[in-house]
Amino acid sequence: MSAVPAVNGAAPWPDAVNAARASVAPPDLPPVFSLHGVGVRYGLVQALHGVNLTVAPGERVALIGANGCGKSTLLRVLHGLAKPSSGRLSHDPGVRQAMLFQRPHMLRTSAQHNVALGLWLHGVRWREARAQSLRALQRVGLEDIAMQNARTLSGGQQQRVALARAWALRPDVLLLDEPTASLDPHAKREVELLMADLAASHGHAGPGHPVTMVFSSHNLGQVKRLASRVIYLEHGAVLADLPVHDFFNGPLPDAARLFVKGEMA
Amino acid sequence: MSTLSESAITALHLAVSADPVLWSIVGRSLSVSGTACLLACGAGVVLGAWLGVARFAGRGAVLAWLNTMLAVPSVVVGLVVYLLLSRSGPLGALGWLFTFKAMVIAQTLLVLPVVTALTCQLVADAERGHGEQLQSIGAGPVMRSLLLAWDERYALLTVLIASFGRAISEVGAVMIVGGNIDGFTRVMTTAIALETSKGDLPLALALGLVLLAVVLALNVLIAALRRWREGVDGTSQGALPRVLA
Repeated sequence: MSAVPAVNGAAPWPDAVNAARASVAPPDLPPVFSLHGVGVRYGLVQALHGVNLTVAPGERVALIGANGCGKSTLLRVLHGLAKPSSGRLSHDPGVRQAMLFQRPHMLRTSAQHNVALGLWLHGVRWREARAQSLRALQRVGLEDIAMQNARTLSGGQQQRVALARAWALRPDVLLLDEPTASLDPHAKREVELLMADLAASHGHAGPGHPVTMVFSSHNLGQVKRLASRVIYLEHGAVLADLPVHDFFNGPLPDAARLFVKGEMA
Repeated sequence: MSTLSESAITALHLAVSADPVLWSIVGRSLSVSGTACLLACGAGVVLGAWLGVARFAGRGAVLAWLNTMLAVPSVVVGLVVYLLLSRSGPLGALGWLFTFKAMVIAQTLLVLPVVTALTCQLVADAERGHGEQLQSIGAGPVMRSLLLAWDERYALLTVLIASFGRAISEVGAVMIVGGNIDGFTRVMTTAIALETSKGDLPLALALGLVLLAVVLALNVLIAALRRWREGVDGTSQGALPRVLA
């Protein structure tokens, strides 16, 4: 894994981000996810319909779109938290995933125990899990408050604990649902750097298997900095799926163009 | 009004006189209801937490039955336990009728639906709020139910208080299965019922006031414990259950 990012000013901002963008998977690796005509229905609401998508190892995929367009549902489908009501999702069951939510939930215990719990649930002995969790907290710059009750931490610190929890698992795939949406600019920058650093590392499968990151965001600057590919969703359907450079510089469907214009304004 | 003031004076007199008979009755009430609450909480918290997370066919019917049991009259519970423990009943050979054990069983059955239903509601709300996040880090339904119940432990103290209140204030079940035997199965509520039937209303009311004072003292103690633990958890680590270590 790469070094600790610039949470404490140790590494310059662009380096961490560039490292994330530079992660390239060997061309012969199978896709991490393949979705064929996936639809999800919640009662009368069609949250997703006809989504066809393939995500290759090491890709940094940003999901953008208006509220309620299906970004979170798509992430939940990828993580197995929601079942497709139509279509087919195929993925390698051996691939280890971790997901971050907009508002991370911390159990009423120390930050260290919150991180260790994830490891313990994956079969690591409690004593070893605690040691590993301390190392993960060091990576996100929170070792000093490892023993503090996680519920008393700020939103930014809680999101960093959540990142440490994900990091400790050494995921091959990292899914993030608007991880910086409820944070102040400083915390947002810290978390974004950590996302970049985690994305630049390799997963459980070892070197040569870069971490795949799929995240949703309303922050187009963040999308430009972190993503290698952008997917624009509207009313549960994929309207545009382009490399990041083409998305921001090339022609777009009208709805996507207006969305980008509105968000950039 | 004169009965009330007379009762208050009698209650004060009873409390300060350290009457051994009174305090043995108070002690018996506390031990019967306390034991019943511990048993009901042991089973009810686990069952309620599981019901809060589990999804299975017929869950709605189970919850509807559980909520109905919240309103079951204590005399009905007493009657069922009486029939089970009576000489001709299936558990008659145990010889537990008109004993401490019979009263504990009756109150446990009375309180179990309260603990289960309230815990289920608490855990179901927590599951809706952040169950997915626990699922995301690898917690299956059983582990999630246990973690969420543990995470809601301070709210569960309120469930404990509610269930203890239900147990210690009931009279029907303990009267039927305990028999209100002086010095043996007489508890506060059966003593109050007895004094009322004898026409000694001031004494009956005074016993009621003593009962309330004892419950109040317990509630204050639990509230203080809760505040202290929340304070400790707020400034330092709150340990996960020792079972993980």
